[in-house]
Amino acid sequence: MNEIKQRGLWGLLGFSSALSSFAAIAVGLLFGFFLLLIANATDAAAGFRTLITSGFSDLKSMGQVLYFATPIIMTGLSVGFAGKTGLFNIGATGQFTVGAYCAVFVGVRFSFLPGLTLCLAALLAAMLAGAIWGSIPGLLKAWLNVNEVISCIMMNYIGMYLVNYLVIQTIYNHRHNASMNVLSNANVPRLGLDRIFRDGNIVSSANGGIFIAILAAIAMYVILEKTTLGYELKACGLNKNAAQYAGISAKRGIVTAMVISGALAGLGGALLYLSGAGKNIDVVDVLAQEGFNGIPVALLALNNPIGIIFSGLFIGYMTVGGFNMQLYNFSPQVVNMIVAVIIYFSAFALLVKGFIQKLGQREKQSGKEAGGE
Amino acid sequence: MDYIIEMNGITKKFPGVIANDHITLQLKKGEIHALLGENGAGKSTLMSVLFGLYQPESGVILKEGNAVKINGPNDATRLGIGMVHQHFKLVHNFTVLENIVLGVETVKHGLLSMEEAREKVVALSRTYGLEIDPDAPVSDITVGMQQRTEILKMLYRENEILIFDEPTAVLTPQEIAELMKIMKNLKEQGKSILFITHKLNEILAVADRCTVLRKGKGVGTIEVAGATKEGLSEMMVGRKVSLEMAKSDIDPGAVVLDVRELTVKNKITGKNLVCNVSFSVREGEIVCVAGIDGNGQSELVYALTGLLRAENGQVFLRGKDITRATVRERGNRGMAHIPEDRHKHGLVLDYSIAYNMVLQHYFEPAFQRHGFINYGAVYAYAAGLIEKYDVRCGQGVKTAARSMSGGNQQKAIIAREAEREHKLLVAVQPTRGLDVGAIEYIHERLLEERGKGKGILLISLELEEVFSISDRILVIYEGQIVADLDPKSVTYQELGLYMAGSKRKEGAS
Repeated sequence: MNEIKQRGLWGLLGFSSALSSFAAIAVGLLFGFFLLLIANATDAAAGFRTLITSGFSDLKSMGQVLYFATPIIMTGLSVGFAGKTGLFNIGATGQFTVGAYCAVFVGVRFSFLPGLTLCLAALLAAMLAGAIWGSIPGLLKAWLNVNEVISCIMMNYIGMYLVNYLVIQTIYNHRHNASMNVLSNANVPRLGLDRIFRDGNIVSSANGGIFIAILAAIAMYVILEKTTLGYELKACGLNKNAAQYAGISAKRGIVTAMVISGALAGLGGALLYLSGAGKNIDVVDVLAQEGFNGIPVALLALNNPIGIIFSGLFIGYMTVGGFNMQLYNFSPQVVNMIVAVIIYFSAFALLVKGFIQKLGQREKQSGKEAGGE
Repeated sequence: MDYIIEMNGITKKFPGVIANDHITLQLKKGEIHALLGENGAGKSTLMSVLFGLYQPESGVILKEGNAVKINGPNDATRLGIGMVHQHFKLVHNFTVLENIVLGVETVKHGLLSMEEAREKVVALSRTYGLEIDPDAPVSDITVGMQQRTEILKMLYRENEILIFDEPTAVLTPQEIAELMKIMKNLKEQGKSILFITHKLNEILAVADRCTVLRKGKGVGTIEVAGATKEGLSEMMVGRKVSLEMAKSDIDPGAVVLDVRELTVKNKITGKNLVCNVSFSVREGEIVCVAGIDGNGQSELVYALTGLLRAENGQVFLRGKDITRATVRERGNRGMAHIPEDRHKHGLVLDYSIAYNMVLQHYFEPAFQRHGFINYGAVYAYAAGLIEKYDVRCGQGVKTAARSMSGGNQQKAIIAREAEREHKLLVAVQPTRGLDVGAIEYIHERLLEERGKGKGILLISLELEEVFSISDRILVIYEGQIVADLDPKSVTYQELGLYMAGSKRKEGAS
């Protein structure tokens, strides 16, 4: 019995880890409800119901959940992968942005590529750009011992301004102060998802990107758990000294981890702007939110790649709910606050996890003792 | 009633273990009472109960016949119980005097008045023969003086019951002799001493009575007069233990490791940590580097094993220059390494024991194919080592290294290193923090390696270990090898003088 239970999804996630994440979510939602009460007591209940249920209210909303979740699953994987190897990749935003630019550039300019190959080329370009952008903090850390957090933050700004400049120089649409539309065959195929997830005639932005994100998560799981590379990278992350002692090159490990992490974030950028939802890169001096959202997504899942799929979907779900809450005159920022609280508590998730494990042990203990006596 | 402290029938349970099972410890006034037991026997738990850090499930503590309840260290201090911890609790940038009065400062009008305190400290140090310099910063004084400072801290607080937790672990032979004298002195002045240790010689030298714990149970309390080392160790471990290692004579073979004028510098200060060191290790030979902790042993090992760049000099492994080789190249050439710090270097604690067993092998064809680890092979290999080396781990090969006891972690490392294809074994304090049973086991393994014709470089701080298994002793002092000695013709005292830097052999590098 127990074994069957352990082998399921819960086992993969680690039951106590998942439970602790749920506890964090519950506390965050409760706090969110209080926020709504303070903001507008009469509509709080209705607004909260919208927040909780509207992601599931119809198929179109569910499609939107998938659409919003796709890029943040990717950045979540990026942050999570780095986290597993002991690095804090706060530079996912920058990698995301340069990835997005390269994808869009290919999507606009490489008209000579036929059909699907254009989309593939754009995705590859994005991964490559993200990888390069991630490799720089990695190299700096490995060879010059520069803290990756600082260099990542700098790379975020460099990336943002560079992309703004390049968009204006190469693929600028004056009327919208944004990038030009990509060719239609550059977009990730919708695979009929838009036809499933629709509300009457209004289609959702759901597309095949979600499958790419899920594949990426599975790939990350396989790399970390099944390969020698994952073994090395995790050893570096868990105990750098022991890794060095064993002859594993920590320097190479750091760079490799940042390259993979950057590629994941870059792919996320491509999946957002090649979604066919008519989204363009706006020329504004704001760091891409999707990159930062990767941090809570990874945290909430305790860096577990399979968990990240679910936490990404959850944050996407909340985003849709927050959007619909505007019906009751709540600003969508309230959702950001609720998500922030959830994240805040997910930092306690580890603590809660320890508590749950202890509880479990005690139960087992008392069970054993009772059985023995 | 002549017992100053009695702990009667103390039971303390933790989830899964009974740390103390009806233990009785009775300390007479004015005696030195040794508390002997292996790691995990329950000594620390018992002391924590005495200090009120744990509340026992059952049992009572009596102070001079009256039951007392100890809810925390403050209660213990009030009852006159003081402790010198194994790792000193001193503020390094304070002076000796400031450390002694810390927490019980004499204050006048809200300002410190140190003069009163100074007089009291000086008087105390004279009475008990505790030589200190009250104005020296703790960071500048010797370990011995730091310990005397700790003792004065207890005396300053007028503690009657003094607990010494493994006090000799950090001392040279001379300092140990000094400490023994101090302890006897304290006893004569009417203090009662509880002496926690697993060194049998010291018990025989100073203690009046000895209580032995084994696996959470009290084995008994005996008069030390008339006791023998063998008897004590048998009580402690529960079986006969051979203290003298039977060592066969082996003619050392070819040179395995050759170190020539090796120098390692501190990157920041530019100070020489290892200075112009030359020596060699041959097949079938245990060469021991003896010295007081912090004299360059760690850096020497780091340079030999590839964790640190040498500034100057050369290292040859089986005739090949490996001065600039990577850790893995050295390993492939035949170097195995039992590191000093099993938590920092030896193990990835959050990896399972199986993962740890292949830390240097995971990339070999036997354990992977096309970059995918063959877990079946890894688990089978690890299970074999666990069986062969009798590593005890609760959940088999998937046990997290973190959850294992120190002794078994060390066994796991030894299993891993001994099974590597190697010609040279660098073992750094392989018995640190282990109990007699485990030490015996590890020494047997080292001698077995020697018997197989491996060269062994042993770095040790334990003189008994140095004498019982080494073939040659190199003494390191301030980064230099100051003597190359034969253990058969040198005494503890002489070795101590070399270690303290007050003697130096002509001709040594």
